[in-house]
Amino acid sequence: MTKPVIVAQGVTKRYRRFAHKNQLRTLKSALLTGSVLAGLRPEETFTALEDVSFEVARGSTFAVIGENGSGKSTLLKLVAGITRPTRGSLSVVGRVSALIELGAGFHPEISGRENVAINAMMLGLSRKELECSYDAIVDFAELRDFIDAPVKTYSSGMYMRLGFAVAIHVDPDVLLIDEVLAVGDEAFTRKCLDKIAEFRRRGKTILFVTHSLGLVEKMCDDVLWLSHGRTRGRGDAKRVVDSYLTYVAGGEEALLRSRSVADAAQAEAAPATDAPADAGAPGAYRAGRWGSREVEIRSVRLLDARDRERHVFVPGETLTLALSVRAAAPVSDFVFGIGLFAADGTCVYGTNTDIEDWAARRLEGEAEVRLTLEGLHLVEGTYLVDLAAHKRDGTPYDYLRGLHSFRVKSRVKDVGIYRPLHRWSFTGGAELDPPAERGEMEIGE
Amino acid sequence: MTSAITTLVRYRALVESLVSRELKARYRGSVLGFVWSFVNPLLLLLTYTLVFTVILPNRQPDIQPFFLFLFCGILPWTWFQASLSESSGVLIASSNLIKKVLFPAEVLPTVCVLANLAHFLLGLPILLLFLAWQGRLAWTAVLLPLPILVQLVLTLGMALFLSALTVHFRDIQNILHHVLHLWFFATPVIYSYAAIAEGTPLRQALRLNPMTHVIVTYQQMLFHGNVDHWRGLFLALLVGVLAFAAGAFLFDRLRDTLPEEV
Repeated sequence: MTKPVIVAQGVTKRYRRFAHKNQLRTLKSALLTGSVLAGLRPEETFTALEDVSFEVARGSTFAVIGENGSGKSTLLKLVAGITRPTRGSLSVVGRVSALIELGAGFHPEISGRENVAINAMMLGLSRKELECSYDAIVDFAELRDFIDAPVKTYSSGMYMRLGFAVAIHVDPDVLLIDEVLAVGDEAFTRKCLDKIAEFRRRGKTILFVTHSLGLVEKMCDDVLWLSHGRTRGRGDAKRVVDSYLTYVAGGEEALLRSRSVADAAQAEAAPATDAPADAGAPGAYRAGRWGSREVEIRSVRLLDARDRERHVFVPGETLTLALSVRAAAPVSDFVFGIGLFAADGTCVYGTNTDIEDWAARRLEGEAEVRLTLEGLHLVEGTYLVDLAAHKRDGTPYDYLRGLHSFRVKSRVKDVGIYRPLHRWSFTGGAELDPPAERGEMEIGE
Repeated sequence: MTSAITTLVRYRALVESLVSRELKARYRGSVLGFVWSFVNPLLLLLTYTLVFTVILPNRQPDIQPFFLFLFCGILPWTWFQASLSESSGVLIASSNLIKKVLFPAEVLPTVCVLANLAHFLLGLPILLLFLAWQGRLAWTAVLLPLPILVQLVLTLGMALFLSALTVHFRDIQNILHHVLHLWFFATPVIYSYAAIAEGTPLRQALRLNPMTHVIVTYQQMLFHGNVDHWRGLFLALLVGVLAFAAGAFLFDRLRDTLPEEV
């Protein structure tokens, strides 16, 4: 491994937290109490980063991932030198260009040409260097025709393009990128990625802050995973991204679980309403519960292949819906049914015992009904579940609409409502590299 | 202090571009455009002339024609005052830049001072024309770079000081307006310094004001045509250098807090 370009050791960053009273502090009161300097010392602090250490080798691409508020952008600002660590040390070798906000500092009233000059010089380019790369900047931004118009007449896309073009042509040794690729149209994003790839080929160091895990796995060598300002994981991109995804899925799991409990409780409080007239119409999907309760669905569990309760699944897994029901008095006219709905209310699948010709004979006391879906071939998304016990003519005993849900997580971002089992094959002149070994992640281990 | 100068010299291309942007952007979109740089001082002059020749006529013999005397002081004063009031808010106004781009922030107040210097220099030919018209233009006008330099150092120092401090104490922006107003009257712009008797407390107070010496020097070089205020100008230079050192020191001390507080 070559000598590291960025070295962070025990970096801690505390921000002063603005209590309301602090904002009201005035020069006058500071002078009266003689606390001009004391006033500049923070009283309440917020720790954005705590004891973060890492090294980035020359020529490598390093990503920082984490949820919102985990301290990623703070870290980037520290590496850029805009702010300094409260504790610990951070050193960067070579010229740094930070794509933190594209076109920060553009003045709306003056032309693109002058803004390019000022922006480039602000990023550290000399006048001579600017002359050399001016044409390249304008061509990259594709703004040759508009370069003499005031920047206020630019569309936001043009603005971003110009900002990116300047930042990338500063020819830094270390490039810092903060989620800026999310802007711009497909073609320009493509172009930016190509430019970044070119940077990597030329052996420049890149530090990335992003939510796009696909990009991380594709482009980055090492990953730092931050959570609430602390290091949660560090190292090989694939390994860290995997554990991050597992963690995120775990969080969603807990969220879905608590929500389904809350929804069920809410529905319990307002029982036996009539079915809404528009029920069944797609797009008008409203959660609720109704029915006579002669047969009552007392609990619902979503189970995986090993009978463990789960709310997050990966495509292809087995999902079992387990209903525990009770009939106060014996009934002989009963049907059990389920429906799966996508988040927008589109019915993905629905069936019941009557449709499938199970002849009901008798239901009395406690019982458990299980429906096992072998191979959940769904695309990523949240799915709502309808569960019902009703008469053959449709009169509901107990209808639970959308009170239970589960989530399918997938690293393949395919679309639609159903994922047929499929396989690509190519022959003849088509040459494609197979995707990097992904393997669906394991959840709930 | 030396590090501040080194930084400003190293980033001079940026400072130059920002000053020219400032000048261009200010009048962009207005009908008169650059002409405003000339019209502004003229209108200001017109107002004061109206007040002090019609409403409250000033008949002191050594400063007639009064409007011309006024012009000699008010032009540099406008530079001083506009520089300070603009630079006190400039860091807050550019918060986006300071938070997102790494560059030496002292460039910003410096640009305020230099852009207003440019306005001053654009107004100067008009003043010289008026002086020539009144037959008052003397050789002493070639010495003008000296008071300009002294004023530049003083203004820069104060601009650095105020801009950094205002980030922490926003009230300064409001107070400053009134302080500058008072300062204007405490500087012999609309009256003659020479007319205030030696030894009086008022004279003593005026002597403590560095801008007094700068303005008096301008008036001597432009209006009177003979210069003997060298000692005063030198004192103003000393105060200016001190102000610059203090401003650069404070700015450097507060530098790290700027991205978090603006």
